[in-house]
Amino acid sequence: MSAQDLVARAQKWATEQPWRLYGSQISILVRNELRRNLFTRRRIGIYLLAWVPVLIILTHVIFDRNQPAGPAQIETDTQVLAGIVQLYYFRLGIFFACMAIFTWLFRGEMVERTLHYQFLVPVRREVLVVGKFLAGSVVAIVLFETAVLACFYVMYSRFGSTGKSYVFGGPGLGQLGSYLLVTALACIGYGAVFLALSLLFKNPIVPGVVIMGWETIAAIFPDWAQMLTVTFYLKHLCPVSLPLSGPLAIFTIVAEPVPPFVAVLGLLLLSITILALSCFLIHRMEITYTAE
Amino acid sequence: MTPDARQIVFENVSKFYGEVLGVNKVSFTLQPGITSLVGPNGSGKTTLMNLMTGLIRPSQGAIYVLGLTPQQPIEFFRHVGYCTQFDSFPTGTTGYDFIYWPLRLHGFAHDQAAKLTDEALQRAGMAQVARRKVAGYSKGMRQRIRLAQAIAHHPCVLVLDEPLNGLDPMARAESIALFEAIARQGMHVMISSHILEEVDRISDRVVLMSSGYVVAEGQIREVRREVRDHPMQILVRCSNAARLAAAAFELDHVVEAKILNDGQGVLVRTRDAEQFYLLLNKIVSGGLVEVDAVAPADDDVDSIYQYLIGSDGGPA
Repeated sequence: MSAQDLVARAQKWATEQPWRLYGSQISILVRNELRRNLFTRRRIGIYLLAWVPVLIILTHVIFDRNQPAGPAQIETDTQVLAGIVQLYYFRLGIFFACMAIFTWLFRGEMVERTLHYQFLVPVRREVLVVGKFLAGSVVAIVLFETAVLACFYVMYSRFGSTGKSYVFGGPGLGQLGSYLLVTALACIGYGAVFLALSLLFKNPIVPGVVIMGWETIAAIFPDWAQMLTVTFYLKHLCPVSLPLSGPLAIFTIVAEPVPPFVAVLGLLLLSITILALSCFLIHRMEITYTAE
Repeated sequence: MTPDARQIVFENVSKFYGEVLGVNKVSFTLQPGITSLVGPNGSGKTTLMNLMTGLIRPSQGAIYVLGLTPQQPIEFFRHVGYCTQFDSFPTGTTGYDFIYWPLRLHGFAHDQAAKLTDEALQRAGMAQVARRKVAGYSKGMRQRIRLAQAIAHHPCVLVLDEPLNGLDPMARAESIALFEAIARQGMHVMISSHILEEVDRISDRVVLMSSGYVVAEGQIREVRREVRDHPMQILVRCSNAARLAAAAFELDHVVEAKILNDGQGVLVRTRDAEQFYLLLNKIVSGGLVEVDAVAPADDDVDSIYQYLIGSDGGPA
């Protein structure tokens, strides 16, 4: 088959698809998931994961309110914030929250024996994957963006006018924008990974831990291997660099800097590839609750 | 073969769960009407229904429902409604939402979906409690709300896995009337049930299953005729029962002719019912016996099932 035939077939397929129906189905799936899963007691652990740093920073601010708050302290706190975002949120908070949110989207319905309802409506399974993924992404992004925003506000608000000029007259606002972008990308990247894992494994916790190990040690591998991690793309978008430290720093090969748009596109491409894998996997999925 | 757009076709369908047999080499074609799947637990009824609706995939063979397969979900599930046996519901859902939101996924606008939801709730007798959470429903109410969801979009094929379980006699009678009404509109209704008397009364045909195999399939009387090696019982209410019993005994295929306790009839066991009916006609036309009523005494699913499969569920 020639390339022209392939393109013609793809065009025919695209024109035959009921895109408007897909769109409305995705919107309904997202709304239903949010209604059912956003504010539930099961989510308390995830809220805590997102808001613990805010509480710690708030405690620090309250107890150190008499300390001098000059420009040098702002630099120090900027490094602390970078550490919180890069080491806590990207490595732990968002990672585990996404594990909980995205693995539950399908596996949770299997455990609760309700997935068959999703399979018995006139919805393509790919549409189901996209709808659930978007719902999970909205939950994770809203939760962690507000938490990062709160961290940022609490961290710099104590500096008064100095903090204000750092944020609005200096690099602060740009850093905040970068953090929010990177947080959203982290949620999307880890979300895609955990959604696929939940379709591949009955218990995605163990492979999740393996992924965490891979994300941690990938830094000592060459660039091409690092490109298979979510962290690789995130660290190139972070506005404040953290000095390498700890035992892994000895082995770490510092990757070539990547332009931000390449990092964003790279992560989105990786996520879309993993989502495509999920779409393939969902077609193989069967309702066998007794085997769960 | 091009699958017929009005039939349900199973072509040599097998399903294995690892090494465990689900169903094996199932082939049949169903016309519109009420079809009952009958068999003991583990015989493969639910597996067959799940295969038909794509909840599980066949290890081999093909299934067509109105010429469609579950791999075409948009078309397929507009025509098919499945009330499963799984007694579980999305957390926190109300009866109304349980029906309304799937209808929205069908592509119905709010007004249409609301109208169809109200109609389905009325038909299932659940309108009064629709705004309550499903978690607070009784077993019978949960059964009916699942039924309401399955029929809400007016499917042409309704698949019902043990739909009468947990229903009180009134709700059971109403549900049966509903199934019959749907079948009268030229639709397919496939029912699995252990309540054989009810299945017997409402079914156009039966599929008898045992240990993953279809052991008989067709109209109840046809299936009964297939069981040639098992004598059929015919009850004749008549005068002069002794005369009839004596005449019946002269036939080779009659294995027993028992005069009823009240002396007003004979219970005949024969391997060839049609020959016996010919004899009966001859006797009646000769004026030797006056016949009040003739009826097959074991021409029901329960009897056929016992003959074919045996009471323990294993092959007889």
